[in-house]
Amino acid sequence: MAGDRSADSGRRGSTRRRFLLGGAVAGIGAATAIGADHVLNRRPAEGEPATTLNGEETVPFHGVHQAGVATPAQAHAVLVALDLRDSTDGDALRRMMRILSDDAARLTQGVPALADSEPELAVTPARLTVTFGFGPGLVDRAGGSRPEWLRALPEFGVDRLRPEFSDGDLLLQVAADDPMTVAHAVRMLLKDARGFASVRWTQRGFHHAHGSVRPGTTMRNLFGQIDGTTNPQPGTAEFDRLVWNTEGWLAGGTGMVVRRIHMDLEGWDRLDRPGREQSVGRYLSNGAPLTGTDEFDEPDFEATTPIGFPVIPEFSHVRRARSDDPNEKIFRRAYNYDDPPSGSEISNSGLLFVSFQADVDRQFVPLQRRLDELDLLNEWTVPIGSAVFAIPPGCAEDGYVGDTLLG
Amino acid sequence: MNSRKTASLVSLAAATSLALTACGSTDEEEPVEAAPAADVVRMDDAWVKAAEEGMSAAFGELANSGDEDVTVVSVTTPASTVLELHETVENEAGAMVMREVEGGFVVPASGSLSLEPGGDHIMLMDLTGPLTAGEDVSFTLTFSDDSTYEFSAPVKDYSGANESYEDGHSEGDEEMGH
Repeated sequence: MAGDRSADSGRRGSTRRRFLLGGAVAGIGAATAIGADHVLNRRPAEGEPATTLNGEETVPFHGVHQAGVATPAQAHAVLVALDLRDSTDGDALRRMMRILSDDAARLTQGVPALADSEPELAVTPARLTVTFGFGPGLVDRAGGSRPEWLRALPEFGVDRLRPEFSDGDLLLQVAADDPMTVAHAVRMLLKDARGFASVRWTQRGFHHAHGSVRPGTTMRNLFGQIDGTTNPQPGTAEFDRLVWNTEGWLAGGTGMVVRRIHMDLEGWDRLDRPGREQSVGRYLSNGAPLTGTDEFDEPDFEATTPIGFPVIPEFSHVRRARSDDPNEKIFRRAYNYDDPPSGSEISNSGLLFVSFQADVDRQFVPLQRRLDELDLLNEWTVPIGSAVFAIPPGCAEDGYVGDTLLG
Repeated sequence: MNSRKTASLVSLAAATSLALTACGSTDEEEPVEAAPAADVVRMDDAWVKAAEEGMSAAFGELANSGDEDVTVVSVTTPASTVLELHETVENEAGAMVMREVEGGFVVPASGSLSLEPGGDHIMLMDLTGPLTAGEDVSFTLTFSDDSTYEFSAPVKDYSGANESYEDGHSEGDEEMGH
């Protein structure tokens, strides 16, 4: 019965490990114990390939900053904006954020939420992050001091905004490498939020599936363009300076801009490849500027063609988005969308543009003004949704997201 | 479910260590005074179902790190004037009904007891006020050795677990979920 014995000892080993661990972490809470146990048990049995399932990967929830900003973008995201009910006062906001933070703290670690009626769907976190954002209405309702930039963006000439994709009091950004995980987390969070708020809009976005391309590869949008090359890198002083706010209850938080940008794939189809590359100022093949060979080469805006025109046109997106002011920079964390078309259309696609910046008025608005005035890409792109949120800092294990405002 | 798996594995560990003790020791062991139940029991992942009025129920994972079984004989909370310890059982008609458990909840030595919708739970029979999502409710458990243990549980909106009482009427009939 060698088979039986080895099975038995394997089980006993894992039992003892669980048991000892349970004692060691008493006081931290069962949820944590299960999460830690999960990690310890990851070592595969003899003969099994030593692969780690991406579904088991977790991103810490607690910390100085909320996860889901500097976290490398997961493959799937759902953004949900909610409107507060009239009855949701400051005390109710506190209760709501305590419940939602507890849900997020558990689910992101692969542990079912309290009262989770589908607990089996919670055990595959797949790098799940839940990021909470406060709209102007929520901060006002809480009686907090509202940063000046926390309001609707100024109107831009290119905008064709639709209310069903704009504004909102509370934002949930739920992202993971597995759409099952995202669906369950969104469902759980909304079940707990609905007593306090109703869903205003939901927007879904995606990248390449996990494992399809090397980690760190700059995303492509559905025009085929490499999108986000000049992003500040998380972990650098530049990123910290540009992204993290340092004032009052928002210290350690940031500002978030969400723009739904419809992309006219039919019009784009009529443009030839050189035209497409000129409109952006980069090669489609690898994203290198038209004056370079590598994606990360600095564009040379002085370079001219033999007949004297700039190699990177004045009207190109790269030229127009670039500022000489090192503070007029944002951190982009966009997703693609590809929703069901209507009527005779065959595509309803675009970019779920998401950017994080410490101060929306100083960093995002001037950049968007330049693009609004002149950017050849405007020919094929239309902003149809827009919202601004304050992303409060992260919380400690005994706190909740928003406690610096609501506590 | 994770918590259930943990519970069964922990029980297994307890059984194993018990067996080892039995093999390795003789009669010379002296009986030791057991620690008060309140010192070895903890409640994890507790929550209460939100309700406007009437009844509600509390759930969670009771763990016993001691060497002996402990028994919860009663529970009190400011949120309800009357409380009962309930179990859910199958009646003669084959329906699952809940009723007051006789002798209280037994939490096995080095083991745990899950209080969950559709199973054992703490029943709040007569709420003193609305239980609103996100509030904390404090509870005090009393054990058979008269020691007491306090824990607090957040209120959560929950629409499941509409069990019937043994006498036939369901909670839903009276619009008081639990």
